Amino acid sequence: MSHSNNATEQVLRSSGVDVRKCMRCGKCTATCPAFDEMEYHPHQFVYMVEKGEIEKLAASPSIYKCLSCFACVDRCPRGVEPAKVVEAVRLAVIRQQGQNHMKSDDIPALLDEDMPQQLLVSAMRKYSK
Amino acid sequence: MQRIGVFICHCGTNIAGTVDVKAVAEALGHEAGVVFSTEYQYMCSESGQQLMRKAIREHKLTGVVVCSCSPRMHEATFRKAASLEGINPYMVEIANIREHVSWIHKDMKEATEKAIILGRAAIAKVHLNQPLQAGESPVTKRALVIGGGIAGIQTALDIAEAGFEVDIVEKSPTIGGKMAQLDKTFPTLDCAACILTPKMVDAGQNEKIKIFAYSEVEAVKGYVGNFNVSIRRKARYVDETKCTGCGLCTEKCPQKKVPNEFNMGMNNRHAIYIPFAQAVPKVATIDADYCMMLKTGKCGICSKVCGAGAIDYKQQDEVIERQYGAIVAATGFNPIDAKAYNEYGYATCPDVVTSLELERLMNAAGPTNGTLLRPSDNEHPHTVVFVQCVGSRCTETDERGKPYCSKICCMYTAKHAMLIREKYPDTDVYVFYIDVRTPGKNFDEFYRRAVEQYGVHYIKGMVGKVTQNGKQLRVQASDLLAGEQLHIDADLVVLATAIEPDKTARSIATMLTASMDTNDFFTEAHPKLRPVESPTAGIFLSGVCQGPKDIPETVSQASACAAKVIGVLAKDKLTCNPCVAQSDEMLCNGCSSCEKVCPYGAISYSDKEFRGPNRTTLIRRVASVNPAVCQGCGACTVACPSGAMDLKGFSNKQIMAEVDAICQ
Repeated sequence: MSHSNNATEQVLRSSGVDVRKCMRCGKCTATCPAFDEMEYHPHQFVYMVEKGEIEKLAASPSIYKCLSCFACVDRCPRGVEPAKVVEAVRLAVIRQQGQNHMKSDDIPALLDEDMPQQLLVSAMRKYSK
Repeated sequence: MQRIGVFICHCGTNIAGTVDVKAVAEALGHEAGVVFSTEYQYMCSESGQQLMRKAIREHKLTGVVVCSCSPRMHEATFRKAASLEGINPYMVEIANIREHVSWIHKDMKEATEKAIILGRAAIAKVHLNQPLQAGESPVTKRALVIGGGIAGIQTALDIAEAGFEVDIVEKSPTIGGKMAQLDKTFPTLDCAACILTPKMVDAGQNEKIKIFAYSEVEAVKGYVGNFNVSIRRKARYVDETKCTGCGLCTEKCPQKKVPNEFNMGMNNRHAIYIPFAQAVPKVATIDADYCMMLKTGKCGICSKVCGAGAIDYKQQDEVIERQYGAIVAATGFNPIDAKAYNEYGYATCPDVVTSLELERLMNAAGPTNGTLLRPSDNEHPHTVVFVQCVGSRCTETDERGKPYCSKICCMYTAKHAMLIREKYPDTDVYVFYIDVRTPGKNFDEFYRRAVEQYGVHYIKGMVGKVTQNGKQLRVQASDLLAGEQLHIDADLVVLATAIEPDKTARSIATMLTASMDTNDFFTEAHPKLRPVESPTAGIFLSGVCQGPKDIPETVSQASACAAKVIGVLAKDKLTCNPCVAQSDEMLCNGCSSCEKVCPYGAISYSDKEFRGPNRTTLIRRVASVNPAVCQGCGACTVACPSGAMDLKGFSNKQIMAEVDAICQ
């Protein structure tokens, strides 16, 4: 198990999360509404970052499936903030690749009456650098 | 003919929810001898007792049957209420229709029927009840504490504080026990010696406390208030009254190759030794297994260097007799032998140690003077792996382990891990756990500090095997949260071994006629409500001999135990249980069956003169019971082939009458 490498340090720094605070209760994963879509679940994100396994997380579609709803952050009894870890990994990947996964031109095709605008804002944040 | 009153308790809905109490009162009201029968919501309440007392007065009752909860709960309450109206308390019988009926049955019709039958049995018994008078016995105002660890020391100090004499019997040369071997104590990290030794000194200097160190209890006779105990004072070959504890002999002794038990055998001591600097009493002891003088008659150096002339090679064991009013078992614990765990390599790899060994490796007075060095090559370890639950939480039938949680390991492992990270931040520390159990004041916070502040890697999973791999140890383990098998190259592996009662506890329990559970922990009189008393009167429990405990719990329990002992010693006379066995000398055939089965040694035989036919005299050997010793267990009444033994209050006739009433 490697505990410190550049990628891990970057994720820890940009998320501001102290992964050691996790006591592995699993409440984040129990809360996650995107559970069925996620390959790695919130508690695994925290644990794998602690173990320095950033590459596995970075390669996983899970980082784009997280809804950023922050339910896990809200419910965590020890204030670990798992969603921030997910976001930090995602940002690390996007910055590295230097490409947008969603462009403003894509938006009109996605619009429909029921879609809340906030979701689009969130999606832009999520899928663009 | 008795005039009997019957009182049925609803116990709220505890009884009335399942038993038709009105029907029971009605049915029992028709029994022979019953002149009054009623039911009430809570018989144990003040108004319930008044109801009973009023009925005793108005109906001139001579006997009472209460159909309620177990007699363990309220027998004393109802006996007292009856005696206030002038009825002998032993004319009150309880039919247990709660624990024996309402709580274990669901069908109301059947439960009601059973309640009536039990009530009828109690009525049948009351018809044959005799008024009994409780006797009294004197109390020796001195206590014995067996074991001089922190539990025994605290109990002794508290008893002495109340003004009573206490003796501590300790089998090793000094008091202090396991706590003296510890380095730091959780969760405050005070140095164990710094907080223990003042208590040891207190015990040593207290004029009410007499310490018999290097001594063992050999025999216990008697009963609560009047125990007679034989104590073997093993030969130290040093006169305790002359030795000044200067330690010169322990430096000059040429036999230097004796494994030092205080340091878990990790270094050597001399054949004449003082276990540690703060020992109480600070007196040297010669280890007869290693002393050249005692074995071959050649040497005598310690005698030559001793300025006080304290060495006495001719000293013999001495057995003394002392009297006590109460006895405290504080026999403590030991870690189990980790050698049985081949998979962890304890027997073959020198760098696999137990937690107690690690305590010594980290202690300033230990074999490495407090520097953490691994045993194989005295190098500083850079990767340390802790294994929790070694031998704890196994199945009942497991040959190597114990079924219980040893309770202290989670916390001391967190302490060890934290201390190593603090002293040696370049060391990686892993802890493999099944659960982390930290219930206790400031305990979970302590464990979280080890993780969050000190960066100890806690991994949910167990170590499967440890093998020597060159100079390192290859640890194969599971990380259950990641679903992976891990391989760690470690320099030191620490096993948190289960704790078990001291091996001597079993023989001491036999001497005390105190009961034990299947794990050899002493059993309490009641697991919740009488936790520091043994079921045997006058025997009290302190510390881990009753069950796994940490130091704060041990000290609390030790003080609680002292309070119970003081309760006995403060009395001038003790009231005896009148429900004891008695022998009918005319029926006794002198077979000794009763004497053999009596667990309390209450029965003795003597020759007595009897009138024979034609004005002759016959000498016959007959049994008699010492009522102060008899605990009323009834074993003798069952064993007696001639029906001469009978238990007052539970006579053969009374029991047969109950059986007849049930089978009616």
